[in-house]
Amino acid sequence: MTLNELKAGSRAVVTSVGGEGALRRRLLDMGITPKTLVLVRKVAPMGDPIELFLRGYELTVRSDDAAKIEIKPVE
Amino acid sequence: MVLALIGNQNSGKTTLFNQLTGSNQHVGNFPGVTVEKKEGRIKNLKDVTVVDLPGIYSLSPYTAEEVVTRDFLLKDRPDGIINIVDATNIERNLYLTLQLIELNFPMVLALNMMDEVSASGGSIDIPKLEEWLGIPVVPISASKNQGVSELVSRITSVAELGTSPKRLDFCSGEVHRAIHAVAHLVDDHAFVQRIPLRFAATKLVEGDIPTINALKLNQNELETLKHITDEMEAIVGMDREAALADMRYSYIEKASAAAVHKSGETKEQRRSLQIDSVLTHKYLSIPIFITIMGTIFWLTFGVIGAFLRRIMNVGISFITGVTDTALTRAGISPIVHSLVIDGVFAGVGSVLSFLPTILVLFFFLSMLEDSGYMARVAFVMDKLLRKIGLSGRSFVPMLIGFGCSVPAVMSARTLASERDRKMTIMLTPFMSCSAKLPIYAMITAAFFTEHEALVMISLYLLGIAVAIIYGLILKSTLFRGNPVPFVMELPAYRLPSAKTITLHMWEKAKDFLRKAFTVIFVATIVIWFLQNFNIRFNPVTNSEDSMLAAVGTFLSPVFAPLGFSDWRASTALLSGLTAKEAVVSTLAVLMNVSNPEGLAPLLTKIFTPLSAFSFLCFTLLYMPCVAAFAAIKREMGSLIEAVSLMVMQTGIAWLVAFIIYQTGKVLI
Repeated sequence: MTLNELKAGSRAVVTSVGGEGALRRRLLDMGITPKTLVLVRKVAPMGDPIELFLRGYELTVRSDDAAKIEIKPVE
Repeated sequence: MVLALIGNQNSGKTTLFNQLTGSNQHVGNFPGVTVEKKEGRIKNLKDVTVVDLPGIYSLSPYTAEEVVTRDFLLKDRPDGIINIVDATNIERNLYLTLQLIELNFPMVLALNMMDEVSASGGSIDIPKLEEWLGIPVVPISASKNQGVSELVSRITSVAELGTSPKRLDFCSGEVHRAIHAVAHLVDDHAFVQRIPLRFAATKLVEGDIPTINALKLNQNELETLKHITDEMEAIVGMDREAALADMRYSYIEKASAAAVHKSGETKEQRRSLQIDSVLTHKYLSIPIFITIMGTIFWLTFGVIGAFLRRIMNVGISFITGVTDTALTRAGISPIVHSLVIDGVFAGVGSVLSFLPTILVLFFFLSMLEDSGYMARVAFVMDKLLRKIGLSGRSFVPMLIGFGCSVPAVMSARTLASERDRKMTIMLTPFMSCSAKLPIYAMITAAFFTEHEALVMISLYLLGIAVAIIYGLILKSTLFRGNPVPFVMELPAYRLPSAKTITLHMWEKAKDFLRKAFTVIFVATIVIWFLQNFNIRFNPVTNSEDSMLAAVGTFLSPVFAPLGFSDWRASTALLSGLTAKEAVVSTLAVLMNVSNPEGLAPLLTKIFTPLSAFSFLCFTLLYMPCVAAFAAIKREMGSLIEAVSLMVMQTGIAWLVAFIIYQTGKVLI
């Protein structure tokens, strides 16, 4: 399952970060690394991007980019 | 002594810089890029300079800001680094810290927003954190000016003694083995190229291209490097970039588990969530945004701006009047008299007339930016701008373009990436600025009385449409390649400090006056000269004989395919370069009417309705006034780029007006 498929309000653990180049590096630099716990806070009014909560702060990523992040949902 | 100030965006870096230096700042650009470089001397310490580097999250080689920071650190070699860290968001902030420590410069960690951590019942064990990081840690609150003098004394002593960080190792296991093997492999290269060894080794393991090139490794060494990293990847089960990010974050997690005692979210973070439940609400967010921007426009261009402008105009016309009388009484020759009054005073006046708008607008923009709302605008509006390869962050500068291109272009500086900044600056002038309204009003009054609103709206929409098409073209030509990723922090809402806002307004005003003065001033004098002299450099009494008219006449065939070949139209367009309103007044002068109101009926002599519309389209799109040109040149950091933008834009205007006129002719 990928991060863009996660509903607002649910949590997941990152299993791997795909993508390439600047985007992938930026995701890793911002703390989206394997084993990180992520909460999908909300979806922007026009349906994209999404707001995440991880490592104690709020981060926004586009759905297309979130689709490159593999996750395992957490109850 | 030179100190570098480095930290993440939203870590309070600018606030700290202002506390350290006061108004003692110099703003410029790093050579060759549009990245801002601020320098200042520390208050009461004359020989200590602080360089405020761009807000970055990592020393990766992907964005102009990161590259500039790396180059500055490696080539200019500051005597020390102040790394500012947001204590309420310590994990992600320390990620940059670990990379900075590897550079092995004398360094102090400024742990900012400690007041917020304490207020929410949390605490950070400073000695323990120092032990984990191997560098001095000073808790501060930049906004309350707490701990700043302690920070200054720590960093100056560390820098003076040249004390290196006590710890460079943040890794374990296979990554550790790889970094050490690589360090061993390249240690002579790093020494020769003067690149800190630990930094070089880590970057090589990470696969960092600029470091690989800078070290000038031979084929053998490159193969060994590949072998080492391949093996590491196989054992760790992650690729090199992920492995190193994972290593750093794992270390940070352990360090913060040992030193940071949080009691959940801070008050500010909880408050932010509540504010966001309204400001980024599914249905409310866009109406609220429109209301906020509408109010800012109304206050800037209507109420406050207009009030300040009126005061300013009274002052200017008073001084002009006094000078005028004095000159007349002294019996100065009419030419000098005209130069002073119509050239110098008009020039200075037109420069100053922008000032109230800039001050008021940047007051509000600074509020939006520093409070954290601008990031929410980007979040809400991102989807609209994505198709043309920009992000939501460009929305506000473009919107301001409808008021005035000058502050709009200047405000693009807050965008986080150079690519977005440049592209936004290129597209903003297509947003129809308010100075063009008198032109639209004049032409529509003369030709389109029954469809005034329709014509006005169609012009605004045409500007937007051309910007979109131009954006799409730019995206696949000049700005090809991957856009800078839109992975953006939404910082907690904070009350902006009066000091930061005042300094920001002051800086923008100073910047505008200094840079724009020469360009606008010279341009006004040149236009005055062209208007008042003929080609034999004799003064003229009738503007028809002036050099400007001669240039206009010379250029007029260019506009024939657009439907308006009359020399008066092209001359008016030329004078519009000083300020767009001047198109109307020049036309009035050239048509021999005393006031613009009487102009409308006479316009039928030089325009048909179709050519009038084509003239409007050209006016909408052609190169902006000299004040905007000065701002563009300043922000682009290059005269050639600014001039080629003007040429491009005028070319586009010509093409669009041509298509409209020729299509219209076939249809009508």
